[in-house]
Amino acid sequence: MSTLISLVVAVLVTCGVRLLLERRLLPVVLGVALLSHGANLVVFVAGGLTHAGPAFTGADGLVEAGRSDPVPQALVLTAIVISFGVMAFALALAFRAYRVLGNDDLPTWRGSEPPIDAPEDHR
Amino acid sequence: MTGVLLIPPLMAAILMLLRHRPLLQARVSLVGMAALVVAALQLLIDCFTVGHVVLTAGAWPVPIGIIMVADRLAAPLVLIAALIGLTAVSYARAVIDSGPETSWALHPLVHLLVWSVCGAFLTGDLFNLFVWFEIMLMSSFVLLAMDGGRAQLEGSFKYLMINLVASAIFLIGIGLLYGQLGALTLATLAQMVAAKGGIESNPILGGAAACLFTAFAIKAGLFPVFAWLPASYHTPRSMVSALLAGLLTKVGVYAMLRVFTLVFPLPGTWLGSLLLVLAWLTMIVGVLGAAVQWEAKRILAFHIISQVGYMVLALALGGAAALGGAVLYLIHHIVVKTNLFYAAGIAQARCGSDDLRQQGGLAGDRLLLAGFLISSLSLAGLPPLSGFFAKLAVVRAAVGLGDWISAGLALLVGFFTLYSMSKILLESYLRPRPSSSILLPRPPGWGWAYAPLLGLAGLTVVIGLCAGPLWVMTESVGAELLDRTAYLRAVLGSDVP
Repeated sequence: MSTLISLVVAVLVTCGVRLLLERRLLPVVLGVALLSHGANLVVFVAGGLTHAGPAFTGADGLVEAGRSDPVPQALVLTAIVISFGVMAFALALAFRAYRVLGNDDLPTWRGSEPPIDAPEDHR
Repeated sequence: MTGVLLIPPLMAAILMLLRHRPLLQARVSLVGMAALVVAALQLLIDCFTVGHVVLTAGAWPVPIGIIMVADRLAAPLVLIAALIGLTAVSYARAVIDSGPETSWALHPLVHLLVWSVCGAFLTGDLFNLFVWFEIMLMSSFVLLAMDGGRAQLEGSFKYLMINLVASAIFLIGIGLLYGQLGALTLATLAQMVAAKGGIESNPILGGAAACLFTAFAIKAGLFPVFAWLPASYHTPRSMVSALLAGLLTKVGVYAMLRVFTLVFPLPGTWLGSLLLVLAWLTMIVGVLGAAVQWEAKRILAFHIISQVGYMVLALALGGAAALGGAVLYLIHHIVVKTNLFYAAGIAQARCGSDDLRQQGGLAGDRLLLAGFLISSLSLAGLPPLSGFFAKLAVVRAAVGLGDWISAGLALLVGFFTLYSMSKILLESYLRPRPSSSILLPRPPGWGWAYAPLLGLAGLTVVIGLCAGPLWVMTESVGAELLDRTAYLRAVLGSDVP
């Protein structure tokens, strides 16, 4: 099972990086989304996948033997919620930028970049 | 500690409720930031009298619960961050930038940003650091995109995308580390990594360290992952630029300074050698990038990169003296860089342009001249200002280790910094303005902007004059970072060897 999930992570990250290299707006946003899903899965399998019982702690506050580790589950829930929120904002920002700039061709978005050529008309 | 962690989010909530009453909101914001400064000062005093201040969330035992630790590295930085927040909410009251009205969201977001920066300085848990990074990312990119112009939307989109990639890489590093060691508290990790033989003997730990390194490098703006910084930092209103320039990259540097001394000590590893080379390239590329720019804020944005190079150079050199130099440099740079952006904002308001070729005659504004001159000379490292002692600490540590390349490069880059600063001085201040000989009037409410400008300029002079005691203090902080025992004992109990 761990091997299968590792392969899924590999596929997600590969597709994410491939999409990040696109010129257009939406594939880039989706690429980042896939990349963060891949990262979430890495955290999810970090505790090891077992057939153990659900995660509860004993009276001493530590995980009992034969139970699965609850910490990665807590971590991955937090990470999913955060990436969901950020992704919602990213899509809103992408849409707004598309409306204001009038195109979704990223290499032409150079208004905020330093100019490529040093200006010659200095005084 | 609880004061520092609770005041900003409470203030943000209150300020959101006051969104229909801008004047009251600005006043309450100022009071709230002043309260944060007092709380941070209290924390600093506790830290220096009692020792490490440790907060255990929910009283969960250490490997499980989240802890916050204020040591002599974190507490001064928290105080500086709070002070910068105070100057920023004051600066926001002057009408510096033409264009859209100040949004009601500005003040709450500034409080949330300062909160996340303080949290990142204080946390003793790797996943918690990730969460603070995300809060910081959220508040900073809303601040960047807030005014909604073309340049702002472009800049903030690039900023957002590269930072989301950094977050994903950070998260993968956290997953690898937890999978190997089953803990995320920095102190516990430090012991476990040492027991496993460090990153040299365990490739998975090495991979995790490389992931964390990459994520922090993107946040800090190291070569070759700095391109987002000059593409976004100059786009928003001046006060937001100043706040981001002062605080954000330094959180990345701090995270490196913490993780790569405590958990993965660098000396003698491949990561240490890599960092040294990257530090050289960062210093050179940043300062040369600045040399060809003609807009004040773009010049300053490139200089952030080269200055970050100095700090990671000190980290890469290792040793108590160099680490102390990095701490001194962090404190100095937050103050000076914020102030230079404040000055650039006022200069833009008085000349109607941020382009040096359109500016001129600013020497007529004596207060602005004083604020700019002190900060820029401090950035370039002229005595007796704070920048001189920060650079001296780094160069001396390099010479002490016999690393003449690093020492020479540090001096050369300092020279180029002086070139850029004198370019701004000559073009904007000493030369008459090309279009008209009269400056535009000072913006409405100018006192609110000039007070922080002069206050921070005063602070860099004070740091320079108190350099002796500060030098001793930061060097002992460096020794503490190197030794780790005090931190581990404070977190894990007295049974640490």
